[in-house]
Amino acid sequence: MGILVDENTKVVVQGITGKEGAFHTKQMVAYGTNIVAGVTPGKAGEEVEGIPVLNRIKDAVDIYGANTSCIFVPPPFASDAMLDAADAGIDVIVCITEGIPTLDMIKAVPFLRKYGAILIGPNTPGIISPGKTKVGIMPGHIHKQGGIGVISRSGTLTYEVVDQLTRAGFGQSTCIGIGGDPIVGTSFIDHLTRFREDGETKGVVLIGEIGGTAEEEAAEYIEGEFNKPVVAFIAGLTAPPGRRMGHAGAIISGGKGKAEDKINALKSHGITVVLNLGQLGKTALQVFKDS
Amino acid sequence: MKIHEFQAKDLFHTFGIPVPSGKLATTPSQAVDGAKSLPGPPWVVKAQIHAGGRGKGGGVRLANSYEEVERTADEILSNPLITPQTGPSGQKVRKLLIEEGLDINREFYLGIVIDRKLESPAMIFSQAGGMEIEEVSVKHPELVLIQAIDVTHGFMPYQARNFFYALEPMPDKAMLKEFSSIMSMLYKLFISKDCSLVEINPLVLTRSGKVVALDAKINFDDNALFRQKEIAQLHDPYEMDELDAKASQYNLNYIRLDGNIGAMVNGAGLAMATMDVIKLAGAEPANFLDVGGGASEEMVTNGLKIILSDKRVKAILINIFGGIMRCDVLARGVVKAAKEVEIKVPLIVRLEGTNVEEGREILKESNLDFSVAKDMEEAASMVARQVS
Repeated sequence: MGILVDENTKVVVQGITGKEGAFHTKQMVAYGTNIVAGVTPGKAGEEVEGIPVLNRIKDAVDIYGANTSCIFVPPPFASDAMLDAADAGIDVIVCITEGIPTLDMIKAVPFLRKYGAILIGPNTPGIISPGKTKVGIMPGHIHKQGGIGVISRSGTLTYEVVDQLTRAGFGQSTCIGIGGDPIVGTSFIDHLTRFREDGETKGVVLIGEIGGTAEEEAAEYIEGEFNKPVVAFIAGLTAPPGRRMGHAGAIISGGKGKAEDKINALKSHGITVVLNLGQLGKTALQVFKDS
Repeated sequence: MKIHEFQAKDLFHTFGIPVPSGKLATTPSQAVDGAKSLPGPPWVVKAQIHAGGRGKGGGVRLANSYEEVERTADEILSNPLITPQTGPSGQKVRKLLIEEGLDINREFYLGIVIDRKLESPAMIFSQAGGMEIEEVSVKHPELVLIQAIDVTHGFMPYQARNFFYALEPMPDKAMLKEFSSIMSMLYKLFISKDCSLVEINPLVLTRSGKVVALDAKINFDDNALFRQKEIAQLHDPYEMDELDAKASQYNLNYIRLDGNIGAMVNGAGLAMATMDVIKLAGAEPANFLDVGGGASEEMVTNGLKIILSDKRVKAILINIFGGIMRCDVLARGVVKAAKEVEIKVPLIVRLEGTNVEEGREILKESNLDFSVAKDMEEAASMVARQVS
């Protein structure tokens, strides 16, 4: 179990011959991910880590049975790569690329939905179902197979959380980075809905940050519809308004997106919020001990 | 990326959005020359800085004679302008916009933002112009109208009608055409220049029946600057803090804050969370510095040098969770920086993740004076103790 990706996932890497693409292909293969093909237009015939490079993602689907793509294509070409994957019939698209123009994403998202493709990201570390497969750039060794689902808008912050969970004795069913950009393919709620139906997942850790109102919407959903314990953390309590804190989406603007508002919303919907990140592991022990 | 009002008004003009006639000046005598070439009196002398709240800080002033234009220009150019958004030390004003004064009948607000929830641009229109739109939306939400714009269709005529016919009292019906044209031009500008925000506050109706953008604010999507070369050239380096500018040269995410704990972290989310734990431990961060999820040795060295050049910093916390970035790379970067710039303040290092043993070994063998924290909580309390 776990959600979206597992041992049956067949991955195609878009941008496999680039520096990042090649490096992480190697890391994913080492973790046990089944990468069936790579795509770099014009470079068919080459190999990366023994994996065939193709010109068209369509061939990766038709010939090699790929059902999931992992995108390392540079920002100017990334939305083209996403649309290409969706049109070719890929089910889950994981877009690692950081720095895609917002308007490109506004145009891409409805297209992907029309084709029924699920987009993770962009600007995400990816998705991992520990012990089964990893589609992304997170360090595999800090994860452990288990019953906690993790959904996050961040990268290294998620590694910190996962590490604390693993040390506290909690493995993970699936960890997903939904991405640090203003417009992303899937929301906290999309994945909470999946975790709700997943038998392996006993509880969820939700990691948010300043900007937008995704955490507030998730809080409402959790109280009304979610049936498993949740621990939340929000980064950016001390962030000044009007400044972009690294991630394109992490900005307090127009009085919206403050960490305080998010924390209050989560608490008012009965969700446990960790204020000091250093104490996440301890809090998880208390909240998840009976799960 | 932000630009100045005069640059935004140039763009408005290009797109056919009416703006007052104006002249740019960098000296009081240029300001007078400018006024002489414009209709008036009165004239408006406007400080050109990015920070908002210029009016409250005395950066937007009316002048009724050439002498007054000269004196006002001199005052604004000689003293840093302090507004609610500049911080206490204010911002030096290098340029002024001199404009004709208009006879105003009504003020409106018109803006476009990216609505993250609706996943599309959204136009905001209000008859309560000239005030902070955030305040209006809290106190009088009924006066703030918002419509999402579908990017495949663009701004549609019905949307202009929805805005216009909601006005109370309604202007002459013939004005619909002017409002509608400004709205669709503003949307065209927003889309074709990859904006993240455009704002006209106020958009005014003059007594002679013209609709004019009295102010102009545009922010652009940093991620789209690669395809907006002309826009990228509008960047004003003087608007950046010295350390901010240096950091952006090195491709580092650096934001200066008010405290005295220098912090270096890999990854934006973890960097924010580290700032937060510093604060929870009772201290204040001097900066946000994200060297990136996959930083190189050189980036670490440069990052640490930027922190060390900040005289306010009394202690430094390095918090690294090595994933893609290896801890040994971090350690080498720190040691290299320490060789080039002497570290005179306490250094607390928290390392975890990929190649952590190797990283710790490199630091230990370097004879650097530093303390190791076992986790984030300990790191924060150790660094806070140094400044309490």
